[in-house]
Amino acid sequence: MMWNEEIETMPRQDLEELQLKKLQATVKRAFNEIPYYNKKYSEAEVFPEDIETLKDIEKLPFITKDDLRDSYPFGLFAVDMSEIKELHSSSGTTGKPVVSGYTKKDLDTWAETIARGLTMMGIGENDILQNTHGYGMFTGGFGVHYGSHKVGAAIIPISTGQTRRQVEIMKDFGSTGLIFTPSYGIHLGEVALEDGIDPKELGIKAIGFGAEMWTEEIRQRVEEIFGAKAYNIYGLTELMGPGVGVECGEQKGLHIAEDIYYPEIIDPNTLENLGENQKGELVLTNLEREGMPVIRFRTKDITKLTYEKCECGRTHARMSRITGRSDDMIKVKGVAIFPSQIEKALLKVGDVEPHYLIIVTRPGTLDEIEVKVEASQNLFFDGIKDMMEITNKIGKSIENETGIRVKVTLVEPKSLPRFEGKAKRVIDERNLH
Amino acid sequence: MKIKQLSIFLQNRMGSLSKPLEVLSENDINIRAMCMADTSEFGILRLVVDNPIKGKEVLEENNFLVKITEIIGVEMNDAPGGLTSVLNVIKENNIDLEYLYAFTHDKADKAILLLHTDDIDNLIDVLTEKNITIASAEEVYNL
Repeated sequence: MMWNEEIETMPRQDLEELQLKKLQATVKRAFNEIPYYNKKYSEAEVFPEDIETLKDIEKLPFITKDDLRDSYPFGLFAVDMSEIKELHSSSGTTGKPVVSGYTKKDLDTWAETIARGLTMMGIGENDILQNTHGYGMFTGGFGVHYGSHKVGAAIIPISTGQTRRQVEIMKDFGSTGLIFTPSYGIHLGEVALEDGIDPKELGIKAIGFGAEMWTEEIRQRVEEIFGAKAYNIYGLTELMGPGVGVECGEQKGLHIAEDIYYPEIIDPNTLENLGENQKGELVLTNLEREGMPVIRFRTKDITKLTYEKCECGRTHARMSRITGRSDDMIKVKGVAIFPSQIEKALLKVGDVEPHYLIIVTRPGTLDEIEVKVEASQNLFFDGIKDMMEITNKIGKSIENETGIRVKVTLVEPKSLPRFEGKAKRVIDERNLH
Repeated sequence: MKIKQLSIFLQNRMGSLSKPLEVLSENDINIRAMCMADTSEFGILRLVVDNPIKGKEVLEENNFLVKITEIIGVEMNDAPGGLTSVLNVIKENNIDLEYLYAFTHDKADKAILLLHTDDIDNLIDVLTEKNITIASAEEVYNL
């Protein structure tokens, strides 16, 4: 089953022609309507008419998260606010958040990508879809919601948390599809088993998961627990939200909606474009976005692309599961965290020269973070009570910055490893790569 | 009158106590009294040494985190009830003690009680008023 067979199986040559037309239009509009692009492209002496082939996209400068942040809140909008119908935002965990604006047509395009994905997963109008992604500024919740409306499934907008209630609803409403982050899914399954409910007996047909890194083993575990296939969904707020890529029944990579997003892979060090099947950083361009066209966005996600026609019949490129980051971002409990946030939190409590190490583990099914902080004159008191207080204060400060509760351990000065050049601040023991 | 005590931050792990003590011994610094406050994660080693300034210096050279904290030493009778009589005075005057530890020494029948509170001057006044002998810092360093 395909949602949009004509587009999804389009011969590559036709698809590329379509992409070129859309790219030319996008670049032209961005150059004319958005001062940021006008200035940046003029400085780089590259102009819309220089885009004669798809490969010419390589002449255009990249855009990064910092650029998006500098344009906070609406600096990259190409349309008048009267045209914008919805606003979303990244969590703003590293300074100013990134805002995404959507016109009516953009919301429909977004829903289209999710509708294709849900159809790949076998979810349609006879299904009941329980969406545990958070509703709010986070794009995960609403993206799935709109896509579900499009395919005609009954959506349960339960959002994250209230795990026992989730289990009860799953059983009583007869949910046939689930959307969750893999670690939350495993937790959900375990809670169900504790309550004497075998998730396998619930008649779940398909699971869509995303928003955090995972491994084949985690997928297998999720599939075993629920007795259903689990499909990876990829996306990011900057470009629109979830739906950039979704896995089909073959589970051999995520089909990128290539008429809507143009993917490239670059070497994050040389910034040169890489070829098919070469591992590098994913760069994405909106081909079909009115409100806020983003051109050559560096996702920092490491993956590779294949253009080989899939056994499912789709011709759109497939990206492999994300195997790492070209920066030091970590995702914990679905939330993006940068070491710089921990640093900021430590500076706020008076640590003049913070030395710290972030250790991420997954002892059971849920992520845990420990932050080891070297004690210093400002973080040391003669009383145990004062020491407990400062430890709690550090924990609160980190929670304020990141939204995540961590365990704080004070360690002796100079006991953490020192690095020449770029410090390694994160030890990820979850084995997700 | 006030004694300069060294407070040293240590992680609670095997062997963490021996390194600072080694550093002090290598530098000929003599420990007069010690006490350890610990939690499951970390501890605070409190030491009275014969030369606190040098002690802090050599420990810091070896990357230890050290603070100098002022405490006082009170002479009390090395006999049953000696500690209680001192503590009663403190309690009657509503002084909140942070911690205390004690040691005995060669001076006949006397023990030294080391006390720390946030308001150390008040503590000194109260004890002096009750004619309780406060040991001089020099005396404690050079016992």
